[in-house]
Amino acid sequence: MITCFHCGDICEDTIIHHREKSFCCHGCKTVFDILHDNDLGYYYDIENTPGVSPEDITGKYDFLDNENIVNKLLEFNNEKTQIVSLLIPSIHCSSCIWVLENLNKLSIGVKSSQVNFPEKTIRITYSPEEISIKDLVLLLSRIGYEPYISLEDSNKKEKSYNRDLIYKLGVAGFAFGNVMFLSFPEYFEVEEFWLDQFKPVFRWMMFCFSLPVVFYSGKDYFISAYKGLRSKILNIDVPIAIGIAVLFLRSTIDIVFDVGTGFFDSLTGLIFFLLLGKFFQQKTYSFLSFERDYKSYFPIAVTRLVRKEDNTVMEEQAEVYEVKIGDRLLIRNNELLPVDAILIKGNALIDYSFVTGEAVPLVKNSGDKLFAGGKQQAGVIEVEVLKPVAQSYLTQLWSNEVFSKDSTAIFQSLIDSISKRFTVSVLSIAFIATLFWLLYDPSKAFNVFTAVLIIACPCAIALASPFALGNLLRIFGKNKLYLKEASVLEQMATINTVVFDKTGTLTTNKKNTITYEGVALTCDEEVMLTSTLRASNHPLSRALYDILDKNNIKTLDEFEEEIGKGIKASVNSQQIKVGSLAFVGDNVAEKKPQEVSDSFTKTTVHISSNNTYKGYYTFNNEYRNGVADIFKELNTQREVIVLSGDNEGEKKYLESILPAGTKLVFNQKPDDKLSFIKELQRKGKKVMMVGDGLNDAGALKQSNVGIVISENINVFSPACDGILDASQFKNIVSFLKLSQKGVSIIKWSFILSLIYNLIGLSFAVTGNLMPVIAAILMPLSSISIVVFTSLATQYISRDL
Amino acid sequence: MSIIYMLLSVSVLVAIIFFIAFIISVKRGQYDDTYTPSVRMLFEDELVKEKTKKQPFTTKEKQ
Repeated sequence: MITCFHCGDICEDTIIHHREKSFCCHGCKTVFDILHDNDLGYYYDIENTPGVSPEDITGKYDFLDNENIVNKLLEFNNEKTQIVSLLIPSIHCSSCIWVLENLNKLSIGVKSSQVNFPEKTIRITYSPEEISIKDLVLLLSRIGYEPYISLEDSNKKEKSYNRDLIYKLGVAGFAFGNVMFLSFPEYFEVEEFWLDQFKPVFRWMMFCFSLPVVFYSGKDYFISAYKGLRSKILNIDVPIAIGIAVLFLRSTIDIVFDVGTGFFDSLTGLIFFLLLGKFFQQKTYSFLSFERDYKSYFPIAVTRLVRKEDNTVMEEQAEVYEVKIGDRLLIRNNELLPVDAILIKGNALIDYSFVTGEAVPLVKNSGDKLFAGGKQQAGVIEVEVLKPVAQSYLTQLWSNEVFSKDSTAIFQSLIDSISKRFTVSVLSIAFIATLFWLLYDPSKAFNVFTAVLIIACPCAIALASPFALGNLLRIFGKNKLYLKEASVLEQMATINTVVFDKTGTLTTNKKNTITYEGVALTCDEEVMLTSTLRASNHPLSRALYDILDKNNIKTLDEFEEEIGKGIKASVNSQQIKVGSLAFVGDNVAEKKPQEVSDSFTKTTVHISSNNTYKGYYTFNNEYRNGVADIFKELNTQREVIVLSGDNEGEKKYLESILPAGTKLVFNQKPDDKLSFIKELQRKGKKVMMVGDGLNDAGALKQSNVGIVISENINVFSPACDGILDASQFKNIVSFLKLSQKGVSIIKWSFILSLIYNLIGLSFAVTGNLMPVIAAILMPLSSISIVVFTSLATQYISRDL
Repeated sequence: MSIIYMLLSVSVLVAIIFFIAFIISVKRGQYDDTYTPSVRMLFEDELVKEKTKKQPFTTKEKQ
């Protein structure tokens, strides 16, 4: 088997031998030549077969001639220098970084270029006098790194990183280290003269170090506790905030009245560990976006036809937002229609699979209405705009209130429900103990009260869930389920209803299984059929041609394609018709009603030879591996529903492979799906939606957990809580099970940390809490929780 | 023993200098992309590589 030297794909039909290497296509060969001739051959030394074969992009980037659009893309712009950041989805290895950062060897206009690998972006500084942005984009595309420019880029904001947590963590860590250092001499209470002399200095220095920790690093806990109390919720931050405040006040009073060293070491350590937990939980996949709407799917510009005064028609590139009702647009092959429009001219074959869930491209005739989001699949068409982009049928889905409200606020996490009971019991212990000491020995009462609140500060409890969930999040990420945030995991554990979309989710986008029914074709007829299909560009013809034998192909005497109906061809007085039932001229009435209805709901291609009807090919969508197993396994504990935008054509087939009792719902429009999920939730169900396209966007957002299946995680996926690589589809059950186990690990660590709290409390209520005990107990409990959760999560996910 | 005041202030000063350096480096975005620089630093070698002479090659194509 020969593989391509450039991209590593297996060379199937074409093998090009060039400079002692083999290539799978001319594109790959060209890239090799460009790199080789510019002394960039090192590209192939860093990694084996690092390349990506370039695609044909003729005319695709003509919109970069429009200055308004270009200005929106540029980050910096003056006469001599321009800076642009481009998203390049095909960046995948170190060779990519190297060649993209050596762009200046390919074009003298490029001053410098810098790749951000995790985000898959490149930032190019170039001189517009030497190279225009269009040429730059074309250059990138020519070497296989085509940038992805969408409508989203047109309102680009300055990219902002949230570095708040790093600063806070830095401050806390810095202060923690220094306070530890300063409090060390007093841990051992050596009655040494010089030490006694300098005690106040050490103590006030510790006080100074702890100020920024409490008032800057720890301020989020106070804010969150205040917000919680105002909305009458005792969240976990309430006892933490009480703990921090009491630690600080008690320590300050201690050093003011010279009664002790205070607990500054525990105070700074506590905040440092808590922030560390937060930092660990905050695993972000910067190359993925979970907040996308239609904007990153739509193009930034379209070709508009403008009629000039002298009646000549001129093409111009217009921004999508500028398109008005009544404008004429030109949509090329494989371009996306961004507006609702009426077809004026050309053969429209529109692929709506991503928008409506219909599996097969639709043929449209001039005068038909086309909806935004469809992809043209056959040649150039001309359309007239009915509704601009913001008001189209598809984009209106985003005006639903689901997209404006913040759904995370509603979910009460496990830790919130525990902290309620925890806070109440800690406060009551503190008051009872104080009451006891007030009667027994009032001088100790204040000490005991503060000691209880300090030691009961739920540091370990607060750490258990970030570390357990954060670790699971990473493990899921390694197994190609990328979750938005840790709370999604907790939600996953509660799911009792799973809703699947059909097209693109249960089925793959790529493969079809084709079956033939009817009178068997003779050898001659089969040759005829293959020869006829070869001449046609219709996607169904191509798909059918691919599975047939390609021997003895004949030259056709006559060939005629009627758009939307079928093809007709003849060789040596033999005649063949391939296409729709009506086209091949069969008498519909003679057929069994079952077959007729089948041919309406399913995608079929009918054949007749010399005017006698032969039979038809049916195109069934190929289901992903293990669909039946997944449903069987899910069905034991959860309700499973299939919610499809497609027609009922495959209902029978689905019923045959899925376990009995699986609910199947068809013909669902995007907002039907949304309200279907809403209805389930109203009945108290916790719903996980698994989908893939824009038509699922509302349902994904509405559901408790929305997971998107994606064949290629770099291309567009609608807003969701998690993105699952299609190759891992069969693992969906394991992921659900793991999330449940993860939650039970958190519960176990709660018990563990409660034991620590009880030990500490026994010191506290008896009035024996020394700063050194607090300083040992606090980190010890935190570290053992971290170790326990990390090991336990590794253990449960060992078979994944 | 007043030297201890000196020592303390010097040690804290050194710590603060490093702390400021850390803050500045975060602010300049050094921690925004922690992966690419680790790959980039391995690329130096290619500069040493001598220029390969261009030779005429033949191109064959098989269908």
